[in-house]
Amino acid sequence: MEKQPSKPGSLSRRDFLKVSGITLTVPLVVGPRVLKVAGAEVKVFGPGKVPMTFTINGKTYRAELEPRVTLLDALRNEFDLTGAKRVCDRGTCGACTVLLDGKPVYACSVLAIEAQGRAITTVEGLMQDGKLHPIQQAFVENDALQCGFCTPGFVVACKALLDRIPNPTPEDLVAGLGGNLCRCGTYVGIRAAIAQAARMQRGG
Amino acid sequence: MAEREAVEMAEYKWPEPGQRRLIGKRVSRVDGPDKVSGRAKYTYDVNRPGMLAGKILHCPHARARIVRLDTSAAEKMPGVKAVLPLKKVGDEILWAGDEVVAVAAVDEPTAEDAIRAIVVEYEKLPHFVLDTDPKAAGERARPTAEQIEGDPDAAFREAEVVAEGLYGMSVITHCCLEPHGAVVEWEGENSVLVHISTQAVSGIAGQMAGPLGVPAGNIRVKQEHIGGGFGSKFGPDSWGIAAARLSKMAGGRPVKIMLERDAELMVAGARPSYYGRVRVGAKRDGTLIAWESETWGTGGIPPTSPLPLPYVLRIPNQRKRHIAIATNSGPARAWRAPLHPQACLLTMAAIDDLAAALRMDPLDLLLKNIELAGERADVYREELQIAAELMEWKKRWHPRGDPSPGPIKRGLGVSIHTWPGRGHACRCDLTIHPDGSVEVKLASQDLGTGTRTAIAIVVADTLGLPLEAVRVRIGDNQYPPAGGSGGSTTIGGVSSAARRAALNALDQFFARVAPLLNAAPDQLEAWDGRIRVKGDPSRSIAWEQACARLDGMPLTVRGENPGPGELTTAGAAGVQMADVSVDIETGIVRINKMVAVQDCGLIINMKAAESQCYGAMIMGISYALYEEKIMDPVTGRMLNPNMEFYKLAGLADIGELVVHMMTGEKYDRRGVIGLGEPPVVSPGAAISNAVANAIGVRVPFLPLTPERVLEALKKGGSHARV
Repeated sequence: MEKQPSKPGSLSRRDFLKVSGITLTVPLVVGPRVLKVAGAEVKVFGPGKVPMTFTINGKTYRAELEPRVTLLDALRNEFDLTGAKRVCDRGTCGACTVLLDGKPVYACSVLAIEAQGRAITTVEGLMQDGKLHPIQQAFVENDALQCGFCTPGFVVACKALLDRIPNPTPEDLVAGLGGNLCRCGTYVGIRAAIAQAARMQRGG
Repeated sequence: MAEREAVEMAEYKWPEPGQRRLIGKRVSRVDGPDKVSGRAKYTYDVNRPGMLAGKILHCPHARARIVRLDTSAAEKMPGVKAVLPLKKVGDEILWAGDEVVAVAAVDEPTAEDAIRAIVVEYEKLPHFVLDTDPKAAGERARPTAEQIEGDPDAAFREAEVVAEGLYGMSVITHCCLEPHGAVVEWEGENSVLVHISTQAVSGIAGQMAGPLGVPAGNIRVKQEHIGGGFGSKFGPDSWGIAAARLSKMAGGRPVKIMLERDAELMVAGARPSYYGRVRVGAKRDGTLIAWESETWGTGGIPPTSPLPLPYVLRIPNQRKRHIAIATNSGPARAWRAPLHPQACLLTMAAIDDLAAALRMDPLDLLLKNIELAGERADVYREELQIAAELMEWKKRWHPRGDPSPGPIKRGLGVSIHTWPGRGHACRCDLTIHPDGSVEVKLASQDLGTGTRTAIAIVVADTLGLPLEAVRVRIGDNQYPPAGGSGGSTTIGGVSSAARRAALNALDQFFARVAPLLNAAPDQLEAWDGRIRVKGDPSRSIAWEQACARLDGMPLTVRGENPGPGELTTAGAAGVQMADVSVDIETGIVRINKMVAVQDCGLIINMKAAESQCYGAMIMGISYALYEEKIMDPVTGRMLNPNMEFYKLAGLADIGELVVHMMTGEKYDRRGVIGLGEPPVVSPGAAISNAVANAIGVRVPFLPLTPERVLEALKKGGSHARV
């Protein structure tokens, strides 16, 4: 029996990838189809391009995307918001970390279609009035970056951590940033940067 | 001092300590704000108008011949703009992941669909991917010539203590976070624009010219930032050429091909494995007199070359044999300090085992034999003493095997390393504009080491200007050529070229300004935003005013390396110590603390230099404990081409890290020496030795996984106890 998604929240990227292989000849469909599944009506989007609307860093963005497109690819390829990086593309390394309603998520593991109607914050949204966020400033001063490819993800993950725990312990750091990886080895700088940013946010 | 000045060219030398405002200080990198804000554009971030997404179909088999290749379905798909077979029927594939067909389509989903629609049939051929047993390799194992120095047989007869052991490390990958890739477009018939993730901006056009049939001068190469390279990104590679060809097929539209993570880990670069059986002989007092090693290993195809053994310490009386094994496991590439981490482990672990056999502290054994390090022996001695203090070695070291009760055993290990690091050939153009602004252009690249910042520091310090006054432009092959960023050659090359350019600029500048100050040009100096008469600060002119004397024309001068005056030399020396805890019930190794003491001559930016050492120690912890390219002998495929199971060290894994950079007149006068490679050499050996010290037995191979630790404990230390 073919599994049908029951609500938008359960759409998985894998299902769309599976479906995509057998639906190449289906004409482009705009707007949802309504199907009955187990007696309930469900809306099915795609497989063609669907109009979508996003709120990113407080601004509205619109695009027509296939439902299988991830939030990460939508940000990078449609809106040229390339701060979030594609590294592992399967929810391991954290380089694509963005905030969804204030919570850190791997943008490679969220479908764009699911991110509609939610407040998306990317690293580009952290600067205010052309001034670096205190966390960003602390990253620069403590040399918490080398090649810099993982850095935007780390900065956003640090923001989420400090928003939640203003004065993190070393254990909090591990829990809050354990999902982000750096190949150049900047963790010493990152630890120092977080400590400085936490002090600054406390007004120290 | 006076004598040294007499033999040196007076004009081209580094400033004396009192005249350095920025050189050697802790300077934040100039591109930091761009990187933390997401503004920094990497090759992967380049989005061009009309850009197509390129994807590659990779062969799933380790060795195979293509018997059928049908791309017709992909070609007919809407949105697919070009399909380019990279192999043809009859071609032999030599490793899983090799590129078979490339496609370009309007977006990534369409390109992925097109890849899935391609039909390839393979005739599978016998493959071989194992590297740990040369006997199993048959014809794929090729012994190289035996090397003998002195009389090893007599020396081993004379030796009062001999230690014998088996050591080695697995193949690991570069795992650059920005994968390999390029965005290529044709501008007309005969001109190509290439954005590429590369460690060699100046080298790419020459490598693409032949395959594309375009003069190198018509190939523009750009790269603003690069997300890691570690030795793997020197060429355009087959995927860079494919992107160019697809673009041409698609009427010149830009094509972006960035490798998917699995391809990045399978084929975009790997450090070869090395294993070896080593014997070391010494007198009862610890004097090293004999070395014998038989090594083997592979990086895939082509196989490996012999190691520089014994490492750093030139033990008299040696016999060395090496067996190169060719395997169907992908291509090897230079990985940060090629051959050194492997040679270091084989040597330092063997000496550590010898110390255990002698019942000596390995630190004392190293110090006793440190003259074997040759020219740099005094540096190592000094560094070993500093490291020992920072680690509290004498207080905390215990003979092999932590006797304390409980499952957690603690131990210390030490290792020493070296690397040449002499600056590469490099040219730069420095322009002083009439408005006083300064611009430096060179086709180098900033690998993440802080190259941009280093150039700015050297030029600003030389011209007596603030850092912000200097604009550094790199990453474009239309600028003067600079060497590739490999072998720790960049800092020596770019800083020497920049220093010479800035000194040349001052020469011309002083000549124009001297009449204004009623002084001879050689009496002038640039300091704190002014040109002034030496020893008479009252006679000075502001930089901007002086620049107004340029008659509205920018002044451009060239700086080169090599050139007059020795601004860069070779031979960095370093020492590392590790303090680890091992849980003998689970086999899990934890790093408590590591100490790195490092020499790299004159330091340009202390903050960046320390970061290099911290980063190298972390990368070292990563390869010592976690990283391994695991090949499946049955399918010949890599089992962990992803970041869940190809494990990198995380924030929780590093313990306390201490870095001490050697500074002072003795080090400064050697000029600038590269630092990228040396500190990544010792961690494997230092950590392996610390684990042996903790648990009383040697775990022969890195990474020191729980399984390997438990296995060694079960065997009860066979060879390591001697």
